[in-house]
Amino acid sequence: MTPAASPIDFTRTHAPSPFHARLLDHTITQNWATWNGYQTPRVADTVASEYFAIRSACSVMDLTPMEKYRITGPDAGDYLNRLVTRDVTKLKPGRVAYAVWCNDMGRVIDDGTIFHLSEGVYRLCAQHHQLDWLLLSSIGFDVTITKETHDVAALAVQGPTSFSVLSAAGIQGLDTLKPFGITSVDVAGIPVTVSRTGFTGDLGYELWMDPEHALDIWDIIFNVKFERGLYDIRVIGLDALEMVRIEAGFIMPGFDFNTADTAVRADFDRSPYELGLGWLVDLKKPHYTGKRALVAEHARPAKSRLIKLILDGNKVPSGSFLFDREGGENVGAVMAQTWSPILKRALALGDITLRKGQVPSELWAEIYYQKELKWKLHWAKGTVTDKPFWSHPRRSATPPHST
Amino acid sequence: MTKARSAIIIGGGHNGLICAAYLARKGLKVEVLEARNTLGGGLALTSSHMSLHASILKDLKIKLTSQAPVKTIALGPDGEHLCFSGNTVDGPEAARYAAFREEYLAYAKALGPLMLNTPPRLKDFDRADAMTFGKLGWALRFGLGEEAMREFLRVAGMNVYDVLEERFSAPLLKGALAYDAIIGCHVGPRTPNTVLNFLMRLFHDSGQQRVSAAATTSALEEAAGKAGVTMKCGAKVASILVQSDKAVGVTLDTGEALRADIIVSNADAKTTFLDLLGTRHLDALFAHRISKPRTDGDVARLRLSLKARPTVPGLPDSDLSQRLVIAPDMRTVERAFNASKYGEYSKEPVMDMMLDGRTLSINAAYAPLKLKEGWEAGAEGFKAAVLTVLERYAPGLSASVETAELMTPADMAEAFGNAGGHWHHGEMAIDQAFMMRPVHGTAQYETPVAGLYLCGAAAHPGGDITGLPGRNAAKRILRTA
Repeated sequence: MTPAASPIDFTRTHAPSPFHARLLDHTITQNWATWNGYQTPRVADTVASEYFAIRSACSVMDLTPMEKYRITGPDAGDYLNRLVTRDVTKLKPGRVAYAVWCNDMGRVIDDGTIFHLSEGVYRLCAQHHQLDWLLLSSIGFDVTITKETHDVAALAVQGPTSFSVLSAAGIQGLDTLKPFGITSVDVAGIPVTVSRTGFTGDLGYELWMDPEHALDIWDIIFNVKFERGLYDIRVIGLDALEMVRIEAGFIMPGFDFNTADTAVRADFDRSPYELGLGWLVDLKKPHYTGKRALVAEHARPAKSRLIKLILDGNKVPSGSFLFDREGGENVGAVMAQTWSPILKRALALGDITLRKGQVPSELWAEIYYQKELKWKLHWAKGTVTDKPFWSHPRRSATPPHST
Repeated sequence: MTKARSAIIIGGGHNGLICAAYLARKGLKVEVLEARNTLGGGLALTSSHMSLHASILKDLKIKLTSQAPVKTIALGPDGEHLCFSGNTVDGPEAARYAAFREEYLAYAKALGPLMLNTPPRLKDFDRADAMTFGKLGWALRFGLGEEAMREFLRVAGMNVYDVLEERFSAPLLKGALAYDAIIGCHVGPRTPNTVLNFLMRLFHDSGQQRVSAAATTSALEEAAGKAGVTMKCGAKVASILVQSDKAVGVTLDTGEALRADIIVSNADAKTTFLDLLGTRHLDALFAHRISKPRTDGDVARLRLSLKARPTVPGLPDSDLSQRLVIAPDMRTVERAFNASKYGEYSKEPVMDMMLDGRTLSINAAYAPLKLKEGWEAGAEGFKAAVLTVLERYAPGLSASVETAELMTPADMAEAFGNAGGHWHHGEMAIDQAFMMRPVHGTAQYETPVAGLYLCGAAAHPGGDITGLPGRNAAKRILRTA
């Protein structure tokens, strides 16, 4: 269970990913961020072109920095079911499930996806480092947990033409791959695992491969554009991803809310119910970490909620406080926000305190904005929604072009 | 929740029997399941100078024929021995010792409200918790008085070495007192909060009857029987059955399943939660916490059959059946401990012993559970080390040895099913005491699983032959289940 020595050179603030040579070519802005120690583009070219590649064409993003753990052993399935709040015993080989896990107090530590790669072999992907929690949770279970973040290169290929691009690149069988499905393919002699998963809310795929073949796979995909002139394929950075993930209503632990292991003050962390993830909590399945606390919480009126808000007007409520009416009582604050070009609306995720467990249907945001460097105040009414702000039928259609 | 009507007690040690008797007297149908073929558990290993807390004898109407009080005699290397009896000791420091005893007995008594009750929670107080805190505060502030309270608060977290250095000069006197503060635990005289160990032992020791282990066991068996408890020996519990997050029964190693409204475990915490219950019924942090308490035993028992009663120069034969301690000075005790810190047995062990006829039963320290060379390789060496020390006090003893039976902590774990073979089911240290014994989240005899309780030495107030964990657990169960 000893994790392999890290290949990251910690004397550098950014480590290169297996795709680095190509990322360098495409990141013409040289606007880099660090993500789990890897050098990753914040913006490659312009946010607008990247956003529209995701929403109207095909985007490519290096997913290697995402934390990946391989979980095997006789108790692997039971172990995962004790780890997460939803029932994953029915997760068949070749399927992926989104899940969230809590500490003993039922507060969320992180969310992620569980890949059932083959019978009894799982991969857990998470935003944040989880090895210590995974190992701590393994007491009494016959499992082997290996961090494989650096051993698996991953690429997200997302957007309406992603299916066509990958098919043109020679990846067979995607027309039968259902959402949250996994398939193993051979691309010009290179073994690649493809899952129909993503963080954009649109049609999209994630490709998993040995780092050694990373550049070959990259070139095969981009050759569809560069050599054959088909489709627009663009590298995207974190800023464009932030826009689309808000449109899709996906949450980011550590950004939209404090994770349980980073919150310093009591009650500054959040439960799945408070994040609107009650649908992921199964109170009937056998015991899992946090279940007793969640059973107790479920019986009480909810204290707070991370809500989705569609605002009137064209002002983006950056870090705005939220009020029950214009100039009324402060009930919370905006945690993430974006202007949605596809919806032509300002969107926000807000953390609010509930009264008697009731989620309000509308809220007001106090928006400060600049006009020619002069600060102004604007009150915008927002409507609370519990659905993703944006979705498209092709996301769940199989084959994707049937819609 | 409907009131519990039946209970299964896992383990027929003294705490299990006491808890069973208390519950049965209140009308529960109680069955005690003991893995061994005899009841009494670890009592079988104890010297006869300990006895159950007086409140238990009263509550369960147990009448024990008390024998003459056992004295503790610290053997001097020069044949000048020190005899401790009650508040008296031989020699020029008698007056100092009397004052020290009086003072420390008062401190021990101030701990009473804590020892005799469920330890209060620090969060989510209920009325009983507030009451216990109140009584403790009262006992410390007004029971002791301002000056004594200040001194108590100064010494309670200290090591016994420094405190004894302040009070006494005779090395033998200090060595013997320090020995009582360390024996059974993985600590030396210079380990912090050994004074607390000493006080707890004083609390258990104060003004009680002294009876043999066998007499205690049969008295408890009788009391439990009279209360209507069924006791089954040779019934080894393999697992605790859980249904809908509630403990509903146990399975035996034969596969037989037995059911009851509540399950009370007298086993240590690691065995109860990690082996019998299983971590899949527990939250991850709790499972992590419960796997951490220090439970490695550090004392071996050596039983010598002698051809003849030994002769100890300077000690009349009539005193041979008293409790004899070999701990000539505190540095020797500390040095003996040094070895065990690094996985070695003490080359110069310290010990206490009692002679019964021609059988000498010795507790010898230190004998770490995880001996670097392994006990198979090390056993003979440790026996020889004990005998070498004994030979100095009782010349000719080695030659008189017919059989020498060594029971290491590993053997104790095997024989009694207590993880690590620790005397007290876990170190008696301030981080593993009171509302943190065995760990927070199960320190009030309740566990995270409804219907499952702890009643053994792993629970507050811990080890030694007091019966208080069993008694306190029963009271808690009767109040909550």
